[in-house]
Order: sequence, then C-alpha cells, then structure tokens
Amino acid sequence: MRSARHDFWKGFWGALPFCFVVGPYGMVFGVLAAESGLDVLTAVAFSAAVIAGAAQFTALSLMQDQAPTVIIIVVGLAVNLRMALYSATLAPHLGAAPFWSRALVAYSTLDHSFVLADAKYQADPAMTISQKLAFFFGATGFVGVMWIVGTGLGAWLGTRIPDWLALDFAMPIAFIALVAPALRTVPQVATALAAAVLSLAFAALPYGLGLIMAAFVALLLGAELERRMQTTL
Amino acid sequence: MSYSSTTLWIIIAGLALGSWLLRFSFLGLICSKDLPEWLKRHLRYTVVSVLPGIIAPLVFLPKATGGVFDLPRFLAAAVTLGVGVWTRNLFVAVIAGGITLYSMLNISF
Repeated sequence: MRSARHDFWKGFWGALPFCFVVGPYGMVFGVLAAESGLDVLTAVAFSAAVIAGAAQFTALSLMQDQAPTVIIIVVGLAVNLRMALYSATLAPHLGAAPFWSRALVAYSTLDHSFVLADAKYQADPAMTISQKLAFFFGATGFVGVMWIVGTGLGAWLGTRIPDWLALDFAMPIAFIALVAPALRTVPQVATALAAAVLSLAFAALPYGLGLIMAAFVALLLGAELERRMQTTL
Repeated sequence: MSYSSTTLWIIIAGLALGSWLLRFSFLGLICSKDLPEWLKRHLRYTVVSVLPGIIAPLVFLPKATGGVFDLPRFLAAAVTLGVGVWTRNLFVAVIAGGITLYSMLNISF
C-alpha cells in the first residue's frame, strides 16, 4: 500500500499553480484592506482567521458603505454558504476521520482544494481515509499560507502596486482553469452554462444571493438531466 | 471608515467562526454514514454550478473596469476555458490565460 506521504505531495503538486494566483489575489485584498483603514496586522489576522476570499471582499465593501456590524457578518457568511455544500460533498469521504482532522479540514476548505479533492476522491475510490486526508492537506496548506502572506504584502505595499498588473483577474482565470477539466458530460456542461447565465441574470441581487440561487437551480438541473439520461439509456 | 478596533475584531471573529461552522457543518454531523444516492447525485454538481456562478459576473462585469465589459479580460477568460477543456491541464490553462490577458491589455492600451 502506498504511503499517505505520497498523497500529500500529489495534492501539493496539483495545487501548486494556485499559489501563483492566490498570492496576487491576497495582495488585492491587502491593498483594499489598507485603503479601508486596516493596519497590516489586522488585515493579516482577517485573512488567517476567515480564509475565504469572496466573503472577505464582501465584508470590506460593506464596511466602506458603513453597514451595521451584524449585517456585515450575516452577508459575509451568506457569500460563504457554498462551503456548507462543499462540506456535504466531503462528508462521505472524510466523515470517519478523527474530530481534530475534520476540524482542520473545515478550517482549510478552500474552493480549489475542495475541487481538487472531490475530483481525486471520485477518480480513486480505493483511497483510505488517511490517504484522503493527506491529499487534502497537501492541496490546501501552501495555498492558504500564500493567501495570508499575499494579504500582508498587499496591505504593506498598498497603492504602490500598479494597476496594469490586473491582479483582479488572477482569480477568475484560476477558477476557469479549475472548472474546465470537469466539463465532460452533457449534464455538466448544461449545469455550468445555466449557472453562468443565471448568476448574470441575478447579478443585481444584493449580498451574494444571486450566486446561491443560480448555483442551486443549476445543480438541480444537472442532477435531473443525469437521472433522465440514465433512465432513457 | 469609522469602525472602532473592537468592532473590527468582532466582525473578524464573527466571520471566522461562522465560516468555520459552515465548513464543518456536514463534516461534523455525519460520521462515515453514507449519503443516499439521490443526494450524492446532486452533490456531484456542486463544482460545475458554484464555480461558473462565481466566474460569470467576474468575467462579464469586472469590478476593475467599474462593471463594464472588458475585451482583454473576456478574451483571457475564453482562452483559459478553451485550453482547459482541450488539454484538461490546469497549469497550461492558467499560463495561456495569463499570456492572453497581458498581451491584450498591452495592445489595447
């Protein structure tokens, strides 16, 4: 049987491209945080405690609008609702792991590490729990560090980072590269198209509500298409 | 911005704790019990529904240009998608998208 260390490095190498985009993305957050009046230490603590880009950006923009504290927290968490979906998807694979391992998995669940782990677990069902955990931590650890370091660097450099670097677009490109290999079947492509169109249609809805609605409808559509295609075959 | 440092730390702590609870929710509740097939079928579509939902507004209404459609960013996204589907290689797709973005931004401006 192969060792869990092997799986850790598999996860690490698989996630390496994300270090190059999560770092710059963290810098964008750091710059915005500094512009909003957060000092370097607070900005870094923000990223280290929450490690969720979209929720952090949302919270910052609400703070710039002088929103009440409770609203900032509730809306930031609404943006992170997809994490509960990730949790449900990971549960059948990692649910039997010890409490502290699961607590650490929860803390470090990022979009990319979830996607990489989900694909790996589906492709290789024979993996043991410890191999699955090792892969997950390999895929998530270094990228999480890059997010925190990037935030500190961005908060420190502030507006000295030039606009032409277009750092804002590092994350969309990474997410597209992440989802592209998963578009194999008709239901998968239909789901992705529906989610994209619906999220644009709902883009005016506040507080990330549009994303949740679009993703939920698209997900139901994909699962239903898969069921129908199976029964007609 | 006029939040006191106490308020700021309450916001950070609230978001941190809430995010962790969301991420832990199902992992914490369900210990190794297998989910029913219909639920697993739906969860298989998590990735292909959530990510395109996040991506589409970022590509078509980028904040950096004030929510106005931006051709270099759109082309970079299209190339990344095309190369990603074709090669099924994440790294190659990211590089191709990055090269497209920088060359297009330099041509247009």
